[in-house]
Amino acid sequence: VEFLIVLAVLAVVVFVVTEPLRARASAPSTDGDGRELAELEAARDAKYREIRDAELDHRTGKLSDSDFEAVDQDLRAEAIEILRALDRYHQRAK
Amino acid sequence: MALVGRALLILGLLVAVYGIGASLYGAINRRQEWVDSGRRSVYALAGLTTLAFAILEAAFLRSDFSFNVVAGHSSTTTPTFYKATAAWSSQEGSLLLWVFLLSVWSSLILFITRRRVREIAPYATAILLGFGAFFLALTVFLANPFATTSNPPAEGAGLDPLLLHPSMMFHPPMLYSGYTLLTVPFAFAIGALITGRLSSEWIAATRRFALAAWLFLGVGIVLGARWSYTELGWGGYWAWDAVENAALMPWLCATAFIHSIMIQEKRGMLKVWNVSLILGSGTLAILGTFLVRSGILDSIHAFGASTLGIPFVLLIAAMVAASVGLVVWRRSQLRSEAQLDSLLSREAVFLLQNLVLVAMVFVIFWVTFFPLISEAVTGTKVSVGPPAFRPFIVPLALVLVLLSGVGPIIAWRRVTIANLRRSFSFPASAGLATLIVLLIATDAGARPFAVAMFALGAFVVAAVAQELWRGVGARRAMTHEAAPTAFIQLLRRNRRRYGGYIVHAGVAVLLVGVAASSSFQHSHDVTLSPGQRVDVGGYTIRYVRPTAQATAAKLSFGAVLEVSKRGKHVATLTTTRGFYPATSDPTAGPVSEAFNGASDSQVGLRAGITRDIWTVINPNLQPLQPLINRGDRIFTRLMSSLTPSEARAPANVRFIAVERARAITGLASRFISHPWPVNFLLIVSPLVTWIWLGAMVIAAGGLIALWPIPVLARRRSRATYGTRLARELA
Repeated sequence: VEFLIVLAVLAVVVFVVTEPLRARASAPSTDGDGRELAELEAARDAKYREIRDAELDHRTGKLSDSDFEAVDQDLRAEAIEILRALDRYHQRAK
Repeated sequence: MALVGRALLILGLLVAVYGIGASLYGAINRRQEWVDSGRRSVYALAGLTTLAFAILEAAFLRSDFSFNVVAGHSSTTTPTFYKATAAWSSQEGSLLLWVFLLSVWSSLILFITRRRVREIAPYATAILLGFGAFFLALTVFLANPFATTSNPPAEGAGLDPLLLHPSMMFHPPMLYSGYTLLTVPFAFAIGALITGRLSSEWIAATRRFALAAWLFLGVGIVLGARWSYTELGWGGYWAWDAVENAALMPWLCATAFIHSIMIQEKRGMLKVWNVSLILGSGTLAILGTFLVRSGILDSIHAFGASTLGIPFVLLIAAMVAASVGLVVWRRSQLRSEAQLDSLLSREAVFLLQNLVLVAMVFVIFWVTFFPLISEAVTGTKVSVGPPAFRPFIVPLALVLVLLSGVGPIIAWRRVTIANLRRSFSFPASAGLATLIVLLIATDAGARPFAVAMFALGAFVVAAVAQELWRGVGARRAMTHEAAPTAFIQLLRRNRRRYGGYIVHAGVAVLLVGVAASSSFQHSHDVTLSPGQRVDVGGYTIRYVRPTAQATAAKLSFGAVLEVSKRGKHVATLTTTRGFYPATSDPTAGPVSEAFNGASDSQVGLRAGITRDIWTVINPNLQPLQPLINRGDRIFTRLMSSLTPSEARAPANVRFIAVERARAITGLASRFISHPWPVNFLLIVSPLVTWIWLGAMVIAAGGLIALWPIPVLARRRSRATYGTRLARELA
């Protein structure tokens, strides 16, 4: 019985692990564009977090109005640059 | 089922080796189907190790002594709860637990990132499977949990009595979860270095795992401290023991990492630092496992033998060499994208805090390994104890607490003096007021480091309270919500920020507890007879009466103690010392074997928010020794007078067992009928409870920070970038 259990487990493992190999070969795993998109999206999300943090810092009195204005302007300009790059990527992808 | 268990481990090892090959082949040749097959190997490994661990647990629960590991670490009299925990008290079972947890966490991260970080993931898969293969190879070739005997004993050796503590259900799995979770960002960092994809992408993918590792490891450390405090009978919770330090080092390193990755995410800075921190944390996690399981350094927490030293040393050496080599190779790509705008900014505070944490790790590493270093250099093993840590750790801890208060109230990028004044005035006043009150109203001034910690603790708690107050105020001004709703929404929408602040407050509370309990502890090592009393830290403790209990599994000698303050009753405490039979000592006589085995302590504890009264009895059994020796002689003579067939006769076996039990019970009862003076360790420590409360606050803050943030729906828009940005940020 124990031998049969081991055989059954072995069959399941082989089935699970080799399933992608039995399926039709898919697209290459990586390419330059995929890398660029992932990096741009990570940069956009980080920049959004930074803008939100600056806003919260301002609202809780840690940043003066003038400091916030300067920091926020810089951050939004950087964010817009990232959004432009993302749009350029999507246009290229079309 | 032992055969099935062993086959699962061998199959797991083969799957891990195949998965490493498939992942690397797929990554190098850009064949997604091989990468997917490699990832599925991790899922399969998780399934196989889950089954194997379930078989081992079932063997423990069934007391199947044909499994050597069950016979060696459990018995029929072991309570069911502890039978379940006994699996990881053994070397073999704990290695299986390690690989089981590793495969589960690895499956989770690889499932989550199956459509992200696709270039890094195959290498990370190979690294994670490499760890899996290493631990599986140990269980297959060196420490097989499914080894069996054809002649199983009728009774097992039982669990080490020191491990009969509720913490043992959670403490080892928590620590091992922490260690195994740390291998996840380690593996992705290695993958990022190999592929050269060193932006924040791999950090974003694994940050939550680093935070979970930090949380689990922290909870595990505190549970270990609690076990030490209530079970080991020495009166402390932290002994700067090698195994404790082995868990603390990766935790400190991970703490630094969790903070400094924020700077990389925001500013593209500290890339070398971050990758080095997580590579260091991963390596320290393996080192921690090695110290727990090898027994290479003396430890009250080590329950393993030193049979696995060489494989672990080779693994750690390979991790260090690969980490250093890859960082040096990629140094040009790891340059910072920006510079610090100002030394008065949160980035600068984080950087300083990182340096303090890493300095702590270096001190702990150096002092912990000093016995081995001294032995390697001079040939003599020089042991250094807690006093060697304190001159370095105490000042560093003070700076750390100060920075954990400054961090939350200082802005990113830049601050003005006027804002600093506004942010610091309340917390600094709270700290200063605490300092003045303590110096004027108490005699705490004699302990300057402790007083400094109290003042800084007040500063941190006030800083966090101020941040929460202002955050709620800002939210209410925008949304007009009720204060409780605004508070909850503030936490919900800024989990990472406010979860972190709550952790800082918890750290301050915990360290205030540590400072108070270690600096103002009153400890008395005293010998008392029934009726005698002693004054300890303002309390009078009277030894009321002795207690004794004899069972087949355990012999207990204890005491009832009455605690009073200025004549007013405070508590009645009971403490016992348990002695277990020396089942594996062939030299012990029939009676003395009941006294010569392992022993444990039941602490008499009255815990309170302001102080703990901690007592333990350490009975001297010397007065019983002549009677024990006499009992040994009588029973030896009796048994040797019987022929082998008479000795095996059930009636004689039963008669000897009953008489022996009666003799042992009689000996135990002499502790009550003819009480002799016994030794007690009596301790009154202030604010110990604050340590456990602080730990709970830290865990709560960690959970808040860990909880997933809802994914914001983003729609492609033709609006101007400014409008689009405003909409997406709203």
